[in-house]
Amino acid sequence: MQQSSNIICTTCPVGCSLQVTHDVGQICQIEGNACKRGLDYARSELQDPRRMVTTTVRVRGGTQPLLPVHTARPFPKPAIFALLSALRQLEVAAPLHIGQPVLANALGSGIDVLASRDLPARLEHPDT
Amino acid sequence: MLPQVVDVLVVGSGPAGLAAAVAAKRGGAERVLIVERDREAGGILQQCIHNGFGVELLKEDLPGPSYAQHFIDQARRLGIELLLDAMVLEVQVPFVAHAISRGQGYIEVQARALVVATGARERTRAQIRLPGTRPAGVYTAGMAQRFVNVEGFMPGKRFVILGSGDIGMIMARRLTFEGATVDRVIEIMPYLTGLTRNYVQCLLDLEIPLHLSHTVGRVIGGSRVEAVETVQVDAQRRPVPGTEEVVPCDTLLLSVGLLPEVELLQTLGAALDPITGGPVVDQSMQTTVHGLFAAGNVVHIYDLVDWVTEAGLLAGTSAALYARGELHGGLQHVAARPIHVRVGNNVRYVVPQLLDAGCLSQGEHKIQLRVLHPVEEPAWVRVVAGNEQIVRKALRYARPGEMITVVMDSKAVERLRLGEELTVSVLPR
Repeated sequence: MQQSSNIICTTCPVGCSLQVTHDVGQICQIEGNACKRGLDYARSELQDPRRMVTTTVRVRGGTQPLLPVHTARPFPKPAIFALLSALRQLEVAAPLHIGQPVLANALGSGIDVLASRDLPARLEHPDT
Repeated sequence: MLPQVVDVLVVGSGPAGLAAAVAAKRGGAERVLIVERDREAGGILQQCIHNGFGVELLKEDLPGPSYAQHFIDQARRLGIELLLDAMVLEVQVPFVAHAISRGQGYIEVQARALVVATGARERTRAQIRLPGTRPAGVYTAGMAQRFVNVEGFMPGKRFVILGSGDIGMIMARRLTFEGATVDRVIEIMPYLTGLTRNYVQCLLDLEIPLHLSHTVGRVIGGSRVEAVETVQVDAQRRPVPGTEEVVPCDTLLLSVGLLPEVELLQTLGAALDPITGGPVVDQSMQTTVHGLFAAGNVVHIYDLVDWVTEAGLLAGTSAALYARGELHGGLQHVAARPIHVRVGNNVRYVVPQLLDAGCLSQGEHKIQLRVLHPVEEPAWVRVVAGNEQIVRKALRYARPGEMITVVMDSKAVERLRLGEELTVSVLPR
């Protein structure tokens, strides 16, 4: 069964509007792409859409209550909300270092979730 | 013990301030001090937890806090001093800065050169004259971003966002990720004002409707927002009667533009550009006050942090030269006969607004601009002096949301004459 979809390409800032006819993830026809990168983008959007996910996790004993985190690579789009709830359950202890995994192999995806910054431990008597 | 006398004093530790300090130190300034009013360095980047930072300059796609840390680490390695939780209250010319900090009380710092990198403030409800009642639950998008990403609490459950700029769209996604409902994003202009990538990843992906040519007619609610009335606008941005719709929500976020934070520059006597709201600067990021430099969103509102860093590096390098007495020209020198850069067809503003005599001996200069109206077809940016074309650049399109940069290379610079006017225009190709 052929289907058609409108996809906006985000490979570059031009943002071409693509009209794609496809059948089980295979592209039959594509229009509107100014360059051939649009075809690759449309294919990945139809077969396996992924996004970088950024959020925060709770921190114990840190100078800040939250640690910003990001997926090491683009994460499968259909599982993003499951990942967000898993990260909402998580609490990590300071000190933390930029690039340190806070959740390894998230939801079995093979993708780690990493700290986006250093977060020092809070001192007993803050030196202000 | 803090230095009482520094070569370069930087106000603000966001991307512009950090870059300025790093460049000043590398440029030979021995003592460089940054004063920051927040409890940690990094500025607004610390609350911009989304990725997309650094692609141009660092060739890496980083979250905001990672981008900030890259430059915080550099500053630390270079031995730049950082005074946190401290506010510069006033600066006298030549520079004596008066600051207060929680830890150190009142501080006086003398500086040979000063870089103001104080960023911008968000436009608030008062500045857009939003009618209706005045309940709790009306926030600027950046304020809400700080609540959610740094302080750790949600300012509401059901949101309407006014403004399709990048901060507005990014907050729409962020709030949805944290379990809130974003009913819609509304935009007064007939086009998206942020980046297409953000429209796709923040609104389309999460099925958040975008209503173009719409605005908030009034806010409804007693002690808390209960709804907003949206209304369609015509080409002149006037409400169209009969198009009103009451949208229930408990929070309205405003993402309606940023205003350069220029109070310090004003008290120092720097001339301001009425369009950007920031200081008039020359090709070295020097303001009309000798030795006073500015960089980042305090000069004009950037689209990408990479270009903020670039401007900060330029300001810092120039400030170090000035501190050593090696920066020539200076806009106060009438004899220097600066070159004025003016806006032409479909150009809202240009930066720098002036080129001083020193520009002729330097290699190349960048002119940055924004267009007034979107052009969705190939266009030229042309820089002309009288009838002579100095430089032109081909564009595939021109949109108000994306800054345009034109490089005047050394050949173009050779064509410049002191005292003349340059006009920058965007025209169909």
